[in-house]
Amino acid sequence: MPLFEAIRLALDTIRVQKLKSFFTALGVCIGVMFLIAVVSIVDGMGRYMEEDLVGKLIAVNSFELRHRPNINIGDVDDATWREYARRQRILDSDVEPVVEALPEGAKWSMYSDGQVQVEAEGSRPRRASVTAVDGDYFEIKRLDVTSGRLFTPGEMTTGASVVVIGPDLVKRLFPTVDPIGRQVKMAGKFYSIIGVGESLGSAFGMSFDNYVYAPFRSPIRRMLNFQSRAIDAVVVQMPTAEAIPSAQEAVRAVMRARHQLRPAQKDDFSLQTADSALAFWDKIKGYLVLAGVALPAFGLVVGAIVIMNIMLVAVAERTHEIGIRKALGAKRRDILIQFLIEASTLSTFGAAIGIAAGAGLAFVIREVSPMPTYVAPWSIGVGVLIGAGVGIVSGVYPASRASLLDPVAALRQE
Amino acid sequence: MTNHVEEAPLSTTAERQAVLGLPGQTPSEDWVIVTRDLKREYDMGGEIVRALRGVNIAVRRNEYVAIMGPSGSGKSTLMNLIGCLDTPNAGEYWLNGQLVSQMKDDDLARVRNKEIGFVFQTFNLLPRATALHNVELPLVYAGVSASERKERAFQALASVKLGDRVHHRPNELSGGQRQRVAIARALVNRPSILLADEPTGNLDSATSEEIMGVFESLASSGQTVIMVTHEPVIAAHARRVVVLRDGVIASDENKGKFASRMGF
Repeated sequence: MPLFEAIRLALDTIRVQKLKSFFTALGVCIGVMFLIAVVSIVDGMGRYMEEDLVGKLIAVNSFELRHRPNINIGDVDDATWREYARRQRILDSDVEPVVEALPEGAKWSMYSDGQVQVEAEGSRPRRASVTAVDGDYFEIKRLDVTSGRLFTPGEMTTGASVVVIGPDLVKRLFPTVDPIGRQVKMAGKFYSIIGVGESLGSAFGMSFDNYVYAPFRSPIRRMLNFQSRAIDAVVVQMPTAEAIPSAQEAVRAVMRARHQLRPAQKDDFSLQTADSALAFWDKIKGYLVLAGVALPAFGLVVGAIVIMNIMLVAVAERTHEIGIRKALGAKRRDILIQFLIEASTLSTFGAAIGIAAGAGLAFVIREVSPMPTYVAPWSIGVGVLIGAGVGIVSGVYPASRASLLDPVAALRQE
Repeated sequence: MTNHVEEAPLSTTAERQAVLGLPGQTPSEDWVIVTRDLKREYDMGGEIVRALRGVNIAVRRNEYVAIMGPSGSGKSTLMNLIGCLDTPNAGEYWLNGQLVSQMKDDDLARVRNKEIGFVFQTFNLLPRATALHNVELPLVYAGVSASERKERAFQALASVKLGDRVHHRPNELSGGQRQRVAIARALVNRPSILLADEPTGNLDSATSEEIMGVFESLASSGQTVIMVTHEPVIAAHARRVVVLRDGVIASDENKGKFASRMGF
């Protein structure tokens, strides 16, 4: 019997028995629904981690020289923390040799950051994330102003008391007036606002727009690093991702020489990339996907057993029909295929509803919780394949029973 | 009805004996059915029931034969064997030059599909399918394309005067109409034999006559018809009547002899 005929026949059966078919396929439906929902949560979080969180913290094609990584997703054990704590800081005197060693085409910036109280006349003081920056910082981070301007090279060199502030801070400190040209006070010193920066967005409900940028040599730097010569990081951006490893090697060689490390000693500084920040996430993701696949699998097993039972009942109910078909020339294979297709159509039908319900669930989760979800196209494909697969597996036994029926006995049964 | 149609050739006793006396030998093309010493036994919980004890039948192409006998005579068993639904324990069964008694399941299915058109007492139509789809079914298993299937099924239904009922389901048709759908289904694959099992058993006498009329005109047009029945009145419609008793052939005679013996 041609495949198309068998599918049409199976769809007919489902249409005639809508409710029964739905309950039969419910197990598969629920299994696939949770599979899609869990995968969409894991995938959505992954995209969030990669594109929003880490993407915003670490610029494209860049790495940061730090004395220890500042993005630690997941646990870091005590021994590692103790080792981090013993490390010496990166000093401003390290910057020049590092920059000199960089390959051509590299952009760089040194910076320090911290949380500082920011005051403005007429509003309550707020804590903001303050970063003292030098070099190509704004270019590397692709940050521009929406009004006013960025720092001039002169302001950078002299360490002028000027700042660029983020849109959140504007909203809090200057809700009604244009902040350009006004002043904010940090650690008892006044800074002129020369620009309002673009929005950096948010991640997990945490805004990145509550920021202040000041030139590296401005007085605020003393509030960010108590060790007067220490800096938080040097960020290096290369034109392409392929150029990163060689630039990292150049920086590593310089820093190892400056820290007088013997060949056997490990680096006592970090070269942090987006990938290294995401390494731990990849590990968690593995477990989450495993759990997200294992739990719905129970639903699918139950669903398969239900379908097998219903198909056995269907074979018993339709013994006479099988007899007629055999009398008219249906071979074993024809009957086998008919029932296999029926089981897998039923199960795929359940999976299709499960996919829709799972996508709906993912949508609801995204709307009502901060959890980002993303229904990956591959998970839909996997859902359909699982549907068909469960049907075939659960249909094999009933279908082979049907195909082996003796035509005379089958015809006699009413 | 019969007087203006030329009678199909009837095999003579001598001819039949000549064909039956050659075990292992392929019968000539003229003979659509040849069984040689056909035996079928059933194991009914340890007790062996010998349903057929050695049946020899030869049917020439175009013959219209009734197989008659009381219940328990073995006629249903013989019908199942002739219809390739079952296989004998011993003996030979040649259908259209093929030794089907040696065949396995799937070959038998192919032979049923190609050579045999069944008409059953209870019609055996698929209840959820339309008349058209029921008639298409043998063509589906023969692997005929969808468009050709439709066309041939339409023709078959039109030939039994059901051209205006093609989209009706069995429960929307009368008994006689259902049986005509079954006849259309039996003929759609142009089988070597039309095998009818008590075709009028579920019909009133007027409808029975109507169905017998259909069989008569099919036989007159050259279709080989084998009809199994326990009613002498129905059997008398055939040109030749074979009577079974206790698993063997009790008589094998032409219509005239049978009718006069029965006192019709």
